[in-house]
Amino acid sequence: MMRSEPRAVQLNEHGQLKHFLTLDGLDKTLLTEILDRAESFLSMGEQSVKKVPLLRGKTVVNLFFENSTRTRTTFELAAKRLSADVINLNIETSATSKGESLLDTLKNLEAMQSDMFIVRHSDSGSAHFIAEHCTPNIAIINAGDGRHAHPTQAMLDMLTIRRHKGGFEGLKVAIVGDILHSRVARSQLQALTTLGVSEVRLVGPKTLVPSFFAEMGATICHDLEAGLKDVDVIVMLRLQKERMKGALLPSESEFYRLYGLTVETLAWAKPDAIVMHPGPINRGVEISSEVADGKQSVILDQVTNGIAVRMAVMSMAMSGQLQSADSSAAGEEK
Amino acid sequence: MKLDLERSLASMKTQLATYCEKKNIENAIVVGIHTGGVWVAEQLLSAVPTNEPLATLDITFYRDDFTKAGLNPKVNQTSLPAIEDRHVILVDDVLMSGRTVRAAMNEIFDFGRPASITLAILYDLGQHELPIAADIVGEQLTLNPDQRVKLTGPQPLSVCLIDAH
Repeated sequence: MMRSEPRAVQLNEHGQLKHFLTLDGLDKTLLTEILDRAESFLSMGEQSVKKVPLLRGKTVVNLFFENSTRTRTTFELAAKRLSADVINLNIETSATSKGESLLDTLKNLEAMQSDMFIVRHSDSGSAHFIAEHCTPNIAIINAGDGRHAHPTQAMLDMLTIRRHKGGFEGLKVAIVGDILHSRVARSQLQALTTLGVSEVRLVGPKTLVPSFFAEMGATICHDLEAGLKDVDVIVMLRLQKERMKGALLPSESEFYRLYGLTVETLAWAKPDAIVMHPGPINRGVEISSEVADGKQSVILDQVTNGIAVRMAVMSMAMSGQLQSADSSAAGEEK
Repeated sequence: MKLDLERSLASMKTQLATYCEKKNIENAIVVGIHTGGVWVAEQLLSAVPTNEPLATLDITFYRDDFTKAGLNPKVNQTSLPAIEDRHVILVDDVLMSGRTVRAAMNEIFDFGRPASITLAILYDLGQHELPIAADIVGEQLTLNPDQRVKLTGPQPLSVCLIDAH
């Protein structure tokens, strides 16, 4: 089946987000707008009532076809801080397991007057598929689809980098581990390239870092020392045991010995390098506890920033939907 | 019509000093609403008996026309100190429908319960759509339907009337 361009699907006629499916085709201005808006939501943490009425009366459905506690929880919290009503659907235990098709499930949710779907699915392209087949005024946010994309994760990583490094220019970033199965790495690579870092290195064994990534503008490294030398940012990826079919790796301990981030290997990077990880972390598989809990680790900042980025994306997509529905929008009133 | 900004600001300062004295308002928090309100509040701060620095409020997330007008692309910093049981002097450049002030009050209450809120407005256009009136007014204006007040600033602060179309 032919798919329309992601850019055409996720932007409205004014060039604003109405869905958030992928970073592919989004320009620097739009990515910067997401980061700026997220910053303004971060400062909301000082309020005694940590809620703004932006999405009051809107219904947000968390549609998780694949489990993820952290992503689902932070999306739920983000929606609630925007005053939306949130439903969490655990698809595994619901109608789909009784044989209802995806489109039938969606039609039912549409009939309940939902305004936004947060979609996580193990198939690449599923959020895009839903965006094309839903009622046009429902905003679709991709919370991870197969190996394809995880755009809100990439944007919360960008926010974390910007807050710690002040910007992107001149930065060297290493993404280490299972790049092959990682939608996070793909989205990060797009975001980092668009925002203008000077180098992105993908580091890992040949089986998990295929050479075709070089075409996307990355430097491929199969040696950890060369990969970490003088970098400002290290992103460790989780070894995705559940996606590891066949003999891609000799063993976990072999992987840790060659590519694990420890106090010793971290020393190859710049002394002020930050260590990130999208979670959940496998201690002793890709990262040592000393590093994960150490001074250079910003792993918990990523979680906090994730809520703000998700609030930003949700409010922007909702706004883009409403602007699209009513292009004769009124101006500001005092 | 020529607007005398200096005279209106001077009048607001006198009114504010008298008002605070009459109501026993001490050490109030002066809050300017972004963007014009912050500029006006900067001018007024010296007339208010307070040790608090200027506080600022961006009401973008509290507007009631989000569904119609969408998100304002630029959100400024809201910076409020602990507001519980404090007197607040809320400042804006123009009072028209009263919707901005409603949004501002909602946001202030999300930070705590103030002892009081006093509303100080540079230009009251008398077109209220809500039961909200200013306590301190620099000047009452009656404009033609297509006229708008445009404030530019912060340094120098100046004002003119523009055609809305």
